[in-house]
Amino acid sequence: MSTQPILNIKGLTKHFPLKKNIFGRGDVVRAVDNIDFTVMPGETLGVVGESGCGKSTTARLLMQLIPPTAGEVIFEGELVGGRDLPLKEFRRQVQMVFQDSYASLNPRLTIEDSIAFGPQVHGVSKQESLARAHDLLERVGLAPARFAARYTHELSGGQRQRVNIARALALQPRVVILDEAVSALDKSVEAQVLNLLLDLKDAFNLTYVFISHDLNVVRFISDRVMVMYLGQVVEVGPADALFKNPAHPYTKALLSSIPAMDPEHRTEKAAISGDPPNPINPPSGCRFHTRCPVAQTVCSQLAPTLGKLHSQHPVACLMYEPGSGYRKMEIAT
Amino acid sequence: MTGSVNPGYVSIENLNVTFIGGARPVKAVNGVDLRVNRGEVVALIGESGSGKSVTLRSVLRLHNESRTLISGSIKVGEQDVLKLSQADMTNFRGKTAAMIFQEPLLALDPVYSVGAQIVESLRRHEDVTHAEARKRALELFERVRIPSPERRLDAYPHEMSGGMRQRAMIALALACKPQLLLADEPTTALDATVQIQVLLLLRELQREFGLSVIFVTHDIGAAVEVADRIAVMYAGRIVEEGPVATLLRAPRHPYTMALLRSRAHGAMEKIDGKRPRLETIAGAPPDLSLPQTGCAFAPRCTLANDACKQTQPEATTISAGHSARCLRLDATQ
Repeated sequence: MSTQPILNIKGLTKHFPLKKNIFGRGDVVRAVDNIDFTVMPGETLGVVGESGCGKSTTARLLMQLIPPTAGEVIFEGELVGGRDLPLKEFRRQVQMVFQDSYASLNPRLTIEDSIAFGPQVHGVSKQESLARAHDLLERVGLAPARFAARYTHELSGGQRQRVNIARALALQPRVVILDEAVSALDKSVEAQVLNLLLDLKDAFNLTYVFISHDLNVVRFISDRVMVMYLGQVVEVGPADALFKNPAHPYTKALLSSIPAMDPEHRTEKAAISGDPPNPINPPSGCRFHTRCPVAQTVCSQLAPTLGKLHSQHPVACLMYEPGSGYRKMEIAT
Repeated sequence: MTGSVNPGYVSIENLNVTFIGGARPVKAVNGVDLRVNRGEVVALIGESGSGKSVTLRSVLRLHNESRTLISGSIKVGEQDVLKLSQADMTNFRGKTAAMIFQEPLLALDPVYSVGAQIVESLRRHEDVTHAEARKRALELFERVRIPSPERRLDAYPHEMSGGMRQRAMIALALACKPQLLLADEPTTALDATVQIQVLLLLRELQREFGLSVIFVTHDIGAAVEVADRIAVMYAGRIVEEGPVATLLRAPRHPYTMALLRSRAHGAMEKIDGKRPRLETIAGAPPDLSLPQTGCAFAPRCTLANDACKQTQPEATTISAGHSARCLRLDATQ
């Protein structure tokens, strides 16, 4: 792994404004609030969190599908949207696969035309684009002779998601962002698509940002995992280490919520109670303190920081910040 | 199916459901037999289109009668559901059997407060005053642990969070003390930390009220948390049924076996730093609008032989309460 990250995200923030009141002031939804992270070439970064934690907004910000309120995305040392890396050039390098396989394909194009559309926009001849589309269909396990001329409604969900993956790869990108790409699939089909993603990653030397709420799937596919809560990153670490020894109380709670699959040792007590709070007025201090089983007074006053970006396993929790005022107690968690 | 003489509290026999609204009739359920005893929780699991929800909805006769052909029998206690008059059916729904749905925002009425909906249900089925009904609604809200219940009774569904809405729907379902609870993917739309809370609540209420529950889910993990028995559906039939522990440790139907192996859960440990591939089931479930001969799983089954493609296997008892529909049980030991 080279030391230069392929994606370097600094201070990325997205606030969605709500309706203004008569004084011209309105609340904002703090969907993503000042997050920093890196993606290294060739790795799979898993992003997990509950609904409203900002994982999909982060994906859309990475792709520049929505403009950030603040912060920057740096691709291989160059600022995205800057002079050296215009947006169109960046989008050739970074592609995305969405959750809804049906809504993300044009129903009026055959699947070969859908896949060949991107390359044509970027100046590849029609003939070569179609040749590339057929090659990719073969790669994703859809025989071109049978499938190339079909329309999206003639395919099953798993087949459509394969088309979406082929389309994302048509521009020969370096990074693919998969936003809940397997969540809508049945388990037996999900396994097929996960295997396909692993094969394609090796074959094309890809880097994945894999967003999912399914913790088992994220653990299976990821090299590193980033945990988000209410628009912030609470913990990042190597997948095995993070799943075996989660450090942040939220990560611990999230992991212990995975059903045990053992009828003799069923889960007896939920790790945390309640739902995630509203990101319009997130709690003060550490945003998790309202649900945290080990929160102290200081947690509602002081916001923790994620620590140094380049350490292996940063955690945003006052418990791990010397001098924060958090009193360590011997607690069995 | 179990071969015992106990008729069970719920007894579904040879249920067939065919939808005739479309271009071709779709045989969604093809001969389901299912027994649920008093105080027993049975999970119906399967992929989309396997007929699990259709089976469940048949118990309350929720299918549009002009576009659905139903045959077979469904008995709940002394009542023969498919023979009840419309008026008796209305008494049956909510009083004897109640249902909770996957998406409470769609299932609850958006223009009435949740409290008003519970009061309406209580006064429809029991001779109580408005004040008494409201008092009972408040008790129910306390029972399902909705925070600040008094205030929440007057809240509209959209004013609640996802987890709270699901608790409110459980309160509504249990308002008239039904003996049978039908749960259709009640935790699928919830976040991981909330899902486990709702599963634990359901288990607790089931024990307290001695409810019989049919719990439909595609998530084996959720089924293991609450169920006594699991029935696996494929292409409109129950292909295997047994106590939870038996089904997990010693599944005998090739579909159940493949389904358990294809989960990312089982393949998380990396071998020599390499990620193992997931075992998959090739192909996709059959189109239920086309005629079927033989075992519906045969085209995807690695053990299938000529006989499997010709004959529909009967349910074979393997041990007490454990049965499977497969001709190759000799090969699945």
